[in-house]
Amino acid sequence: MKPLSFQQIILKLHEYWGNQGCAILQPYDMEMGAGTFHTATTLRALGPDPWKAAFAQPCRRPTDGRYGENPNRLQHYYQYQVILKPSPPDIQQLYLDSLTAIGIDPMLHDIRFVEDDWESPTLGAWGLGWEVWCDGMEVTQFTYFQQMGGFDCKPVSGELTYGLERLAMYIQGVDSIYDLDYNGAGMTYGDIFLENEKQMSEWNFEVANTETLFDLFNKAAAECENCLEKKLPIPAYEQAIKASHMFNLLQARGVISVQERASYMGRVRDLAKGSCEAHMVKNGWAA
Amino acid sequence: MTDFLLELFSEEIPARMQAKARADLERLFTAQLAEAGLKAGAITIYSTPRRLALIAKDLPAQTEAVSEEAKGPPEGAPDQAVEGFCRKNGVTRDQLEVRDIKGRPTYFAVINKPGRATRDVLAEAIPAIIRAFPWPKSMRWGEASASTESLRWVRPLSGIVAILGDDLVECEIDGIESGYETVGHRFHHSVRPEPVEGQLAKGASTSSARTEIGRITIGNAGDYAEKLRACHVIVDHDERQNIIRDGAARAASDAGLQLVEDEGLVIENAGLTEWPVPLLGSFDPAFLEVPEEVIQLTARVNQKYFVCKYPPDAQHGEGDRAQRGGGAPPSPASAKATADATSPSLRDREDKLAPYFVCTANIYASDGGAAIIAGNEKVLAARLSDAKFFWELDQKTKLEDHAKKLGNIVFHEKLGTVADKVERVAKLAEWLASLEGTGLLRANPEQTEQAARLCKADLVTEMVGEFPELQGLMGGYYAEKQGLPVEVSHAIRDHYKPVGQGDEVPTDPVTVWVSLADKLDTLVGFFVIDERPTGSRDPFALRRAALGILEMLNRNGLRVSLWEAITRALAGYTKAMVRKDMPETEYQEYLAKQKSIFTTIPDFFADRLKVQQREAGVRHDLIDAVFALGGEDDLVRLLARVKALQAFVETADGVNLLAGYKRASNILKKEGGTSAPAEAGAHLPTSDPDAPVRDGPLPAQGNKTLSYTPEPAEKALIDALDAAQPQVTAAIEAEQFQTAMTALAALRGPIDQFFEDVTVNDEDESKREARLALLARFRDAVHQVADFSQIEG
Repeated sequence: MKPLSFQQIILKLHEYWGNQGCAILQPYDMEMGAGTFHTATTLRALGPDPWKAAFAQPCRRPTDGRYGENPNRLQHYYQYQVILKPSPPDIQQLYLDSLTAIGIDPMLHDIRFVEDDWESPTLGAWGLGWEVWCDGMEVTQFTYFQQMGGFDCKPVSGELTYGLERLAMYIQGVDSIYDLDYNGAGMTYGDIFLENEKQMSEWNFEVANTETLFDLFNKAAAECENCLEKKLPIPAYEQAIKASHMFNLLQARGVISVQERASYMGRVRDLAKGSCEAHMVKNGWAA
Repeated sequence: MTDFLLELFSEEIPARMQAKARADLERLFTAQLAEAGLKAGAITIYSTPRRLALIAKDLPAQTEAVSEEAKGPPEGAPDQAVEGFCRKNGVTRDQLEVRDIKGRPTYFAVINKPGRATRDVLAEAIPAIIRAFPWPKSMRWGEASASTESLRWVRPLSGIVAILGDDLVECEIDGIESGYETVGHRFHHSVRPEPVEGQLAKGASTSSARTEIGRITIGNAGDYAEKLRACHVIVDHDERQNIIRDGAARAASDAGLQLVEDEGLVIENAGLTEWPVPLLGSFDPAFLEVPEEVIQLTARVNQKYFVCKYPPDAQHGEGDRAQRGGGAPPSPASAKATADATSPSLRDREDKLAPYFVCTANIYASDGGAAIIAGNEKVLAARLSDAKFFWELDQKTKLEDHAKKLGNIVFHEKLGTVADKVERVAKLAEWLASLEGTGLLRANPEQTEQAARLCKADLVTEMVGEFPELQGLMGGYYAEKQGLPVEVSHAIRDHYKPVGQGDEVPTDPVTVWVSLADKLDTLVGFFVIDERPTGSRDPFALRRAALGILEMLNRNGLRVSLWEAITRALAGYTKAMVRKDMPETEYQEYLAKQKSIFTTIPDFFADRLKVQQREAGVRHDLIDAVFALGGEDDLVRLLARVKALQAFVETADGVNLLAGYKRASNILKKEGGTSAPAEAGAHLPTSDPDAPVRDGPLPAQGNKTLSYTPEPAEKALIDALDAAQPQVTAAIEAEQFQTAMTALAALRGPIDQFFEDVTVNDEDESKREARLALLARFRDAVHQVADFSQIEG
């Protein structure tokens, strides 16, 4: 039995979660460090309305770039994210059956739920859950959101974040991300992304104009505040994400000192939390 | 009498929380029973990742009936009063009884509380226990979490089994109803959809196929564990621990290897599995060039694997293939290692790490575990390549260049960066190494300074970033690889030692001085900024630092002046803390703080010394007695004196002399005698290292000429003092504390006789004064050895 290709894994997950009643969304069209930043997760985790969605989200972590030379690290990779609100009682079994759907036989492999609580200071968010191990490898982050943007989640959402490249490497039995079978028809992950990794690593670490980045950071922060003033939480949140990404790029360029780091992070956190708060107010959910 | 079973079924409970959860469940359950007047015969608690279970034996069917009486108002009291009494006791007026109390008819209410069915008590107790359960972290979930008041548990709670005898204890909490049903092993006991084929075209049926969870009906407490076992759940955590402990050892020994035992891992893996299956895997021997500690940590911390060593004895043949107990998982898969491990070159590898590990799966896989082993081997290989990458990368930079980055790490916001600390420690260590005199370790001052300058450099390496617990050790390895002298690399490696009691105490001179300097610097710095330990709070581990200093001083017999060392350590901080533009008041405050340290730090050491010496049987009051003299800043000498004192006060001479001393000092106290005990011989600590810090001032030889003829016993005491005092002084000078005690013992007879024969409080003022002065002289003589007023008994 030929293992699923990278794109088949995504399609299978779409199909599986679609059958569970999830809206299959497309990636958010902005740079972000994790699928959790997608408004379908962050903003939808707030307030009382039920919500079910699944999507693949490209994630950018400039400091993780390795010029395409490390078989396990990328500055641009994919997360598959499922958000179920409120968390259904059989969420663990739903998740396990999704693994079966992409070809992981739980009688042949050792699947375990190992304590791993999640916290995002940037989003003022935390939750309890596990990292899911398959034969000792972390393949998924499983979290019950307790707070988002500093607000109690009422009700609690269950969030599943699959590391797609890792999972695919496991399923396909390859040792390098770049060797992944992408489409089942001869195209590898490397064919598609290796050059991208090389160029983006060089830009992230060496080329990006730091003055421009600082400027963009400040402009995004200012625009976020402008939106907050006009009571437009969604555009405000987008600007907060933009500022967050600029901060990550500045970090990769190594121009933010240890002392400054905390203050920049604090600024991003205030913008993101402010956006969440505005979202609560706009919808009439804030106390 | 019936047995009770409670199972609380949830999603995976963190392994580290399970032991406390078991204790909490037992405590809360026992308290609930006690409140109802019930007591169980024996209580057993089990835990798995998904359940907490309790079995209570021999519960009575109901609580005992209780009858209580309440005295009310007298007959004829106003209706209001009588009705109020009835209301209060829950009776009607016609149920009241009238009794004669001292000739007065009085109302009585008899309240009969019938026994309650134990089942009812439990039905109330279970929700109460669940609500009161003290999880370190708890959460809300599901639809109910629309309210923040919803039930909290460590992870979603989904089932309650509560059976008393064979009967269900009906209860409900937040929509979860008790029942007879539970669930077996997550995978062994469920029916899954067919594994999907590699093609998408199979249609939606496969992708929406759902697992059917196997349910188990429990009959009673007696069949619980066995029914679960039949469904691949070993509910007893101890049994799972045994399976892991024995199974892992066997997996290793079957391959001719020896497991590196790790009880913490046994417990953790038992908390992660319901059906543990230890499996042996291997890794590329090329990784063994990375230090063993790194490999072991990578395997343990990141993957929860045991590691293996080549056994010390090459003759290990077939290994022990003992039968495992009934129902336990089948033998671990362990292949391919034997031939390799028994090869002739084994002798070179004795006791060295072998390229094998043991992981603990939670399933007996359909292929016997081959896929699981292969998967785990791959994960470990990726982890070890990271470690190897760090190991090689770190070595590309010399330690002195790593050390330059220490300026980016804050030691403490008020005490500067680690680079500042290193600078201070280097100066202090170099000074210590260059001290001359007896009782000191000769170390090359340049090497000592070099080791001190490099001792924290590994904090900025990738490896220590990944595994902070390898600090020191990695620096040692890198220093060795860099070709630094072995004295230097060992000092870098061991300068954190000793960490806690029982840890190895450094004896290599360079290591000792660097370690001492580092700990002294920490201690003095935090005392300057008033960050002293309080109660159980000691966030900067100052107690451990002080104990470490004491242990090194004692172990190596180091004769270092504490005052001088503190003074030197302080000088390192003064430069940074005293700014030119500092306001005068602030400067004065700093000076006062500096001064106070000369009392607070020795006191702190005294307390640590008492704790440290308690185990050695040294009395704390004797430590106080010697410390109270003040002036002693040589902790090795101090301890020698304490030990001689202890030997002395336990002899008959010592006991009697102490009695005589107490009598003398009571009289002196009553008469407002010359000098109070606390001041006797005491030296105020001084910040001037050159000030004399030897024993207290010696009392003048002999009394002034007496204006009268002393009585014989008086004369005898004077003579004895004249004889003993110089001996005591000389002996103490020579640090012959036992001799000093013996000389003191000669005063025992004369002082006893003096009290027997002589009246101190004589009518003649001159006699009285002379005799009080004599007693003071006696007391001062004793104080040359120790402040006896501090001694108990």
